[in-house]
Amino acid sequence: MPMLEVRDLHVAFPQGKTDEVEALRGVDLHLSKGERLGVVGESGAGKSMLAFAILNLIAEPGRVSDGEIIFHGQNLLDLSEREIRRIRGNRISMIFQDPMVTLNPVLTIGTQMMETLRAHRRISDAEARRLCIEKLKEVSIPSADSRMEAYPHELSGGLRQRVVIAIALLTDPELIIADEPTTALDVTIQAEIMALILKLCREKDVALILITHDLGVVAEVTERIMIMYAGKCVEEGPTRQIIDAPRHPYTYGLLRALPQKVGRGQRLYQIPGSMPPITALPSGCAYHPRCERVTDRCRREIPELGDGTACFSPLTPVEAAS
Amino acid sequence: MTDTPIVETRGLEVRFPLPTHFLSREKPVLHALNTVDVAIRPGESFCVVGESGCGKTTLGRTIIGLQRPTAGEVYFRGKRIDTMDETERKPIRRDMQMVFQNPYASLNPRRNVFDTLVEPVRHLMPEMSASEARTRVEEVLDATGCDPSWQRRLPHEFSGGQRQRIAIARALVTNPAFIVADEPISALDVSIQAQILNLLSDLQAERGLTYLFITHDLSVVEHFGTRVAVMYLGRIMELAETATLFSRPSHPYTQLLLEAIPKLEGGSFDRPHPPGELPDPVNPPPGCPFAPRCPIAVARCRSERPELRKLKNGAEAACHLAE
Repeated sequence: MPMLEVRDLHVAFPQGKTDEVEALRGVDLHLSKGERLGVVGESGAGKSMLAFAILNLIAEPGRVSDGEIIFHGQNLLDLSEREIRRIRGNRISMIFQDPMVTLNPVLTIGTQMMETLRAHRRISDAEARRLCIEKLKEVSIPSADSRMEAYPHELSGGLRQRVVIAIALLTDPELIIADEPTTALDVTIQAEIMALILKLCREKDVALILITHDLGVVAEVTERIMIMYAGKCVEEGPTRQIIDAPRHPYTYGLLRALPQKVGRGQRLYQIPGSMPPITALPSGCAYHPRCERVTDRCRREIPELGDGTACFSPLTPVEAAS
Repeated sequence: MTDTPIVETRGLEVRFPLPTHFLSREKPVLHALNTVDVAIRPGESFCVVGESGCGKTTLGRTIIGLQRPTAGEVYFRGKRIDTMDETERKPIRRDMQMVFQNPYASLNPRRNVFDTLVEPVRHLMPEMSASEARTRVEEVLDATGCDPSWQRRLPHEFSGGQRQRIAIARALVTNPAFIVADEPISALDVSIQAQILNLLSDLQAERGLTYLFITHDLSVVEHFGTRVAVMYLGRIMELAETATLFSRPSHPYTQLLLEAIPKLEGGSFDRPHPPGELPDPVNPPPGCPFAPRCPIAVARCRSERPELRKLKNGAEAACHLAE
């Protein structure tokens, strides 16, 4: 049985007085223990919305309008706020994009870490402090002891994100949801942080949902990928398979548009147009106006995710490999 | 190459004084650029890469004249331009234009596309009549893949990719020879990045443009650049032809940058990367600025600063140990 299973999740926001628009339009997701899943998409595809929905953090006036989020056999949507707090930040931890926003600027690192621990565990101060320092050492923060007294602004961006990871690990979670954890960081720091997350997940058998727009990062870190487009998952499967032989035209286009795929001076493949906003989705498949392989059926019907891809005319393995 | 450079800097330095504490006698100064010499050849895409705080944006801004150098010289087609006053400089401004990173911030939200585009023509090419200016605007809109109907619309009606096209059209409207593009695709989505990169390449081929392309993304450089300068803490660490830099990086910092690129084949993140930080730019280390992070640094690197020097493979590197 998967550890986490999301079935037919819909998230809606009100539009005008009576209408609603859907930011997520029926997303399925499953994750087993220790598995690393990448959720990839462009801005507005609904990938962060998915993460927030899993943690029951959709802000008003948005709401989960349909679906189930089963974590260890329990539907998280049925839980009260009190009950979900025992899971959120405890058994499921989060890492967000900007460590400066995640950390409280007026509290020391130590205070923030101890606070997190004591919200979920009944332990003595000395024991909490020992645990915090241990976690800071685990994420290779130099002179962990004295850093407990430091304020977030005294640390560099890379160290701050390490602190955030240390806080996420404090309660020994089974699942970490990381939403663009390295987008705000420099390339060399990104490599450090992603290598650290990968190592910790492997060592501790922690599952990971990595939300990102960067296919390179996903290829490096995850075992399975979901590609999101306009509030739906359009392709899903093992990372290597999708990177090497994508079947949905959108995935294929994204991969071919990367500069590293073509030689110097050659033209890059370009997907025409841009992703439609959720308030103005076209009929049928949301990708059809940009798609090279569009058929009449694509304009009328919405393709469902079957056999790993939501497309009426997916690429054959031969086409995908070219 | 015998071509005279279109843009050249000699010993360029930019220092920013930092706020002082009222009780302190110290006057802290941030060295944003330190003795930077570049010579950009006509028609090339000269890329500048580096991490945040390395001075790459300051270099672009100083060349274009948005920032005065503290010391050193900037030349455009052999003429020294950094000492010129506003009236002397005006005729040169039409030849040097800039595209900024964030098209949400670089376009005036209250000005429609036509007004945005016609402004540089009115200001820098006063000899043009109103109807000539209008034709010119329509021409660049067409060249950058913008629809002529966009002219009366406001920036908020466009997507990020469309806005960046408009920003590029604005840079092109005075028919410049040289464009500084400061992270022109970083704020855009992956599928849009390819569109903008192709557009910049096409425009270069059609108009013989020279680019100073500033970016943090080495995979873009590999595709786009003719030559690359790698910057760290206000200095050039390595300067080489793109192919040379990617096949045989000479400076340990370049190697570190290349290793850090996430690759579709995987494998880059499998071994732990130790924490490395940019040293304090106000009090840089005495020797090589990269020495504290360098895996092969020796005692000499910590005491003596390496100068940029020519290597056997034609690249230039500021490293005592590079060969």
